[in-house]
Amino acid sequence: MDLGFSEEQEMLRKTARDFLETECPTSLVKEMAEDEQGYTSELWGKMAELGWMGLALPEEHDGMGMSFLDLAVLLEEMGRACLPGPFFSTVVLGGLTILEAGNEEQKKEFLPKIAAGEAILTMALTEPSASYDPASITVKAVPDKDDYVISGTKLFVENAHIADYLICVTRTKDGAGKGEDGITLFLVDGKSPGITTTLLKTIAGDKQCEITFDNVRVPQKNMLGERDKGWPVVAKILQKATVAKCAEMIGGAQAALDMSVAYAKERIQFGRPIGSFQAIQHHCANMVTDVDGSRFITYQAAWKVSEGLPAVMEVSMAKAWVSEAYRRVTQLGHQIHGGIGFCMDHDMPLYFKRAKAAEPTFGSADWHREIVARELGL
Amino acid sequence: MDFSFSPDEEKFRQEVHDFVAREVPPGLETGVGGFVESEDEWQFARGMTQKLAAKGWLSMAWPKEYGGQDAHMKSVILNEEMNYLGAPGLDFGGVGMLAPALMAHGTEEQKKRFLPGIASGDVLWCQGWSEPGAGSDLPSLTTRAVEDGDDFVINGQKVWTSHAQHANWCFLLVKTDPDAEPKHRGISFLLVDFKAPGITISPLITMADERAFSEVFYDNVRVPKENLVGEKNRGWRVAMTAAGFERSGIYRIALARRNVDRLIQYAKEPQPDGRVPAKDPLVRQNLADLYVEGEISRILAYRVAWQQAQGLQPEWEASMARLFGCEFQQHVAHTGMEIMGLYGLLRENSKWANTECKMARQSLLAVGATIAAGTSEVQRNAIAMRGLGLPRG
Repeated sequence: MDLGFSEEQEMLRKTARDFLETECPTSLVKEMAEDEQGYTSELWGKMAELGWMGLALPEEHDGMGMSFLDLAVLLEEMGRACLPGPFFSTVVLGGLTILEAGNEEQKKEFLPKIAAGEAILTMALTEPSASYDPASITVKAVPDKDDYVISGTKLFVENAHIADYLICVTRTKDGAGKGEDGITLFLVDGKSPGITTTLLKTIAGDKQCEITFDNVRVPQKNMLGERDKGWPVVAKILQKATVAKCAEMIGGAQAALDMSVAYAKERIQFGRPIGSFQAIQHHCANMVTDVDGSRFITYQAAWKVSEGLPAVMEVSMAKAWVSEAYRRVTQLGHQIHGGIGFCMDHDMPLYFKRAKAAEPTFGSADWHREIVARELGL
Repeated sequence: MDFSFSPDEEKFRQEVHDFVAREVPPGLETGVGGFVESEDEWQFARGMTQKLAAKGWLSMAWPKEYGGQDAHMKSVILNEEMNYLGAPGLDFGGVGMLAPALMAHGTEEQKKRFLPGIASGDVLWCQGWSEPGAGSDLPSLTTRAVEDGDDFVINGQKVWTSHAQHANWCFLLVKTDPDAEPKHRGISFLLVDFKAPGITISPLITMADERAFSEVFYDNVRVPKENLVGEKNRGWRVAMTAAGFERSGIYRIALARRNVDRLIQYAKEPQPDGRVPAKDPLVRQNLADLYVEGEISRILAYRVAWQQAQGLQPEWEASMARLFGCEFQQHVAHTGMEIMGLYGLLRENSKWANTECKMARQSLLAVGATIAAGTSEVQRNAIAMRGLGLPRG
C-alpha cells in the first residue's frame, strides 16, 4: 500500500499549481464564463507547450507517456483553478477515446494534433433524455454508399461550438437494438454541412451545447471502433471521464476549503477571528474530512483505472461520494464567508456553481449508488 | 500510489481469518472494542490474548528493540479482521497505550518490569483517566496524589475504567499540583497495583448492557514512587504518547462494516410477507451509501497505519479516521434499524429475532461511538486547530 504521491506527481502538481495561479487567475475564469468561446488561445497554447494535452498519450503519438493517475493529479489542479476551456473534452472525451478505439491510421492522424493543442474535440453522447444509459441513444447513422448519414439531436455536449471534431455516439441498428447493441462511434468534422450548434446558458458558465445533425455525411473511414459495438468503448471512457471529473471536483473542494480556512483566520467578529469559534472550527473540520475522504476514494478509482484493473465499483463509489461531498464543502464554505461570499465578485460562487454543475455530470450520486447496489448483488 | 495490500499482507489477513475460525466457537461475538459479556467469555478472551501473544501478533506494532515487528500495516489488518469477525482477545490498554508510553518515557527498570507481562498477555492493565468532572476536559481531573515518604497517597474517583474488575494493574492520571496553570502541568502518570488496599470498584452498566466499565474509588491508596512514569507534574506528555499510538479506530469501522455486509445479506432475503427489501430503490440507495462510507472509513484508517509505517506521527489524521468511523457506525445502526422496521426492535435472544443482524444491540452501542475516547466534538477541534491551524478559542 502506498497512499502518497510519487515525486514526479508532486512535481507535476506544483508545476500545474504555479502555472495556473499565474496564467489562469479567477478574473480570467469569470471573463471566460461570459465569453462565447470560453477559452483563450494564448492559455491553450501555453498548456500545449507544457505538454499537458498529450500527458497521458503514448510517446509514439507525440504524447508524454504518463499514466491516467498522473492525468488525475493534473485535473485536480485544473479543478482547483476552475480552468475554463476544452481541456477535459479534448483530452479525456476525445483523446482517450481515440486511443481506446481508434485504428492506427486514426491514432496517427488525430493524437499528435491533440497533443500539440491543434485540435479541439468533444463527445456528442447525451440527448434530450439527459441520460447516460445506452438505451437513450437515438441519433441515427444510416449507411449510404461510402458514407454514413447522421440525423438527430444531441444535448449537453460540452464545447461543441468550438470543436474541430465531435465523437458522435449513434445508433446504427433498428428494431431490437435499443440497448448496448447497435451503437457506433463516428469522428465527425465539426464543420460538416448539416450541423447546427446552439450554445446553452448554464449555471457555471461552462459551454454546453445542443447539436442538431441534419443528414450529416461522415465518411465510413471515420468510424471509430467496430460498427454496432461502440457501447463498451463509451462505457470505458465514461469510467475514465467520471474519475477525471471527480479529480477536478476534489481540486475545487480543496480550493474552497483553503479559502474558507484562510478567511476564518483573518475575519474578526466579536473581537476575535471567527475561526476561533467552535461552530466555525467544526464546519472546517467537516470540510477537510469530506475533502480527504473524497480524495482517497477518487484516487483509489484512478489507481485502479490506471492499472487496468476492474473498477466499476470504485468509480461509482467515488462519484456517488464526491458529488455530495463537493456540494457540502461549498455550502459550508459559503456559510463561513457570510455575506461577502454571496457576492458575484467573490471566488466562492465559482466553486459552488461548479459543484452544482458536476453533480449530475456523468451520473448523479443516486445513479452511481444504484450501480454500487447492483455490484453488491442487491 | 497503490491501494492494494502486499501478497504478504493478504496472506497474513487470511492467517488471522483461519486462526479465528479455528479458535473462536461459533456464536461468540464481541461488542465494540472486543468487549464480551459473561465471565466464561471473559476467561476465553484472556486465553485468546495469550494465544495472540504466543504467535507474536499481540505486540507486532511495537518497535523491534522491544520485541515487536514494527508491523503497523499488519497490526491494522489484525485489528480489522479480529473485530470484523467479532473475535475477542486484542488488548488495547496495555499493548496499545501503556507500552508505547513506557518505551518513550519509562525508566529502564520500569520497561524491564512491565513490558514482558504486557507482551505475553499475562498482565491486564486498565486505564484510570476519566472522572465525573473531567471528561473532554481531562486536565481538570482532581484525583489527588500526595507524597508521603517513599509513596504517593491517592484519593479520588475515576469513572469509565474498562475491565477494572479483571485488571491486575492500572495506569492512572493524578493531580500532583492542584494549583498548576495550565492545569495539565500538575498531572502525573502512575502505575497502580490493583491489589493495593483502598481501591473499591463499582460496576457501571451501559445502556447497551455492557458490563466492561466501572467507577473506581481510591481511598488513601499507597503507590511507591518508583511507579511514577516520567517526571512528576509532567504526566500529560506521557498520557499523550499513550493516547497517540494506535488511534485509527479501525475496530469500530470493522464492526460497522460487518453490520453493513449482514444488512446487505438481509436485504436480499425474502421477509415473512414475501417482500425482498433489496427491490426497494430506497433500500438500495441507503445500503450503497453505507458501503461507500465504509470504504472511505477504511482508507482513512489505513492512512494512519501507513503514516506510522513511514515513520511519520499521525495526529489530526487519526482524529479524522475516528470521527468518520464513529459517525459511520452510527449511520449503519440508524439505517439498519430503518431497513429492518419492527423486527429491528427485537433483542438478539428474542423469538423472531434475526440471528445475524443484531441491530437493536448495535443501535444502542452506537450511541457511545461519538462519545467514547474523545467525543466527535473534541476530534473536530483537533482537526481544526492542529490540522488546519485555526486559532484556539
